[in-house]
Amino acid sequence: MMVSDINVEQDRARRFRDAALPHLDDVFALARYLMRNAADAEDAVQECYLRALRHFDSYRGPTMKPWLLTILRNVCNTEFARRGKQEMPTDFSEDEFTPEQPLLWQESQASPEAALMRQHDDDTIRRLVAALPHPFREAIVLREVNDLSYQEIAEVAGVPVGTVMSRLARARSMLRAAWNIAEISMPGSVS
Amino acid sequence: MNCSESEVLLHALIDGELDAGHARDVEAHVATCPGCAAKLLAFRAMREAMASADLKQAAPAHLRSRIAAALPLPATQVSAEIITPRKFLQPSRRTFFGGFAVGTALSAALAATLVFTVFTHDQEQTIADEVVSAHIRSLQPGHLIDVETSDQHTVKPWFDGKVNVAPPVIDLTAEGFTLLGGRLDYIDGEPVASVVYKRRKHVINLLVAQRLGAEHANVTDRTVQGYNVRHWSAGGLDFWAVSDLDPTELNEFVQKISTAFRGSPS
Repeated sequence: MMVSDINVEQDRARRFRDAALPHLDDVFALARYLMRNAADAEDAVQECYLRALRHFDSYRGPTMKPWLLTILRNVCNTEFARRGKQEMPTDFSEDEFTPEQPLLWQESQASPEAALMRQHDDDTIRRLVAALPHPFREAIVLREVNDLSYQEIAEVAGVPVGTVMSRLARARSMLRAAWNIAEISMPGSVS
Repeated sequence: MNCSESEVLLHALIDGELDAGHARDVEAHVATCPGCAAKLLAFRAMREAMASADLKQAAPAHLRSRIAAALPLPATQVSAEIITPRKFLQPSRRTFFGGFAVGTALSAALAATLVFTVFTHDQEQTIADEVVSAHIRSLQPGHLIDVETSDQHTVKPWFDGKVNVAPPVIDLTAEGFTLLGGRLDYIDGEPVASVVYKRRKHVINLLVAQRLGAEHANVTDRTVQGYNVRHWSAGGLDFWAVSDLDPTELNEFVQKISTAFRGSPS
């Protein structure tokens, strides 16, 4: 009896490793954008994996990645709640990137802007994404970094698909505005 | 359709989440509205820039080992069991046939098939494990490629003298698989050529050797530690493709490689 229990447990552990560990980079990437600091992100990821293992028996699919990301998101939210509001990831300065400002839609000549869009380096793009307010950052990261479908994003974030669509639209509009400002403030980047 | 509807739906269009009917509606609106057309162009460019940027920071190695250590370890995970399978395959079969002289011809044949299958399977599994280990090693910073280029004509000669085969280096950039370069790897103690591709953020290692596992004219699928592995033989070479790419896309990659390989003079 003992032996078969151990075997079952080991089999479960092995199945969990095989299914969950390959998604570590995805889980960490989301944690990094949600938590803002590497040490907190690592703690959240570890907690996520331990929680996932505990609930592995109730996991019925369909896909492992969104399931893990949902758990990670819950871990992060619990952590935010524990720390209180001042630690909420909103070191985003409202004055710096105001998405609704008309500047956004001013330039109608599309091709020069499209060309500018391609000139940012990876660091700048990461910084711009990190500067988005929480729900929009979460949506865009799940889409562009974790490569989830709208349906999957809706499941992870616990909102209807319509909300996902409007969040992504907002996120991209804000990014586009910030993108153009970053471009202007980068001297010598346009030849 | 008006601009405020289009403003939300054009993102779904960019993301490939729109059904044909709505896609037509958005495209029809964009065709008549310069404002939305400009947005579509800008958001497309932004999406491309984000897709090609490296926004996903890989989990640090110490986190990987921390988590692996925190999870209960299956007892079967013993690396000491890795025996070079090719060397142990032949003697085992000889012993088997020698010892089976008493059996009837029929059961011998049946059992031989069975044993052969089992051994072939073991050998394949061991190689598959090593292939996945090689893939994981290659993902560590600085280990992915020895010769970095997107030019197939640079990669191919680089392998000369390093491995005893001339691996086909096929450029699939136009088909969405970017050629990153080549790497020398070791599987089962033998040098193996690895041609490295990338699809979005997913690395694909295509390992090529003269003989690496049982000969399979058809592609065999397996999953090891969550990585998808494909093995097939063609033109006297064995191919192993491994990636965390989803199965459908990896199959597409395998399909394109084998088609291109058949088409190329070898």
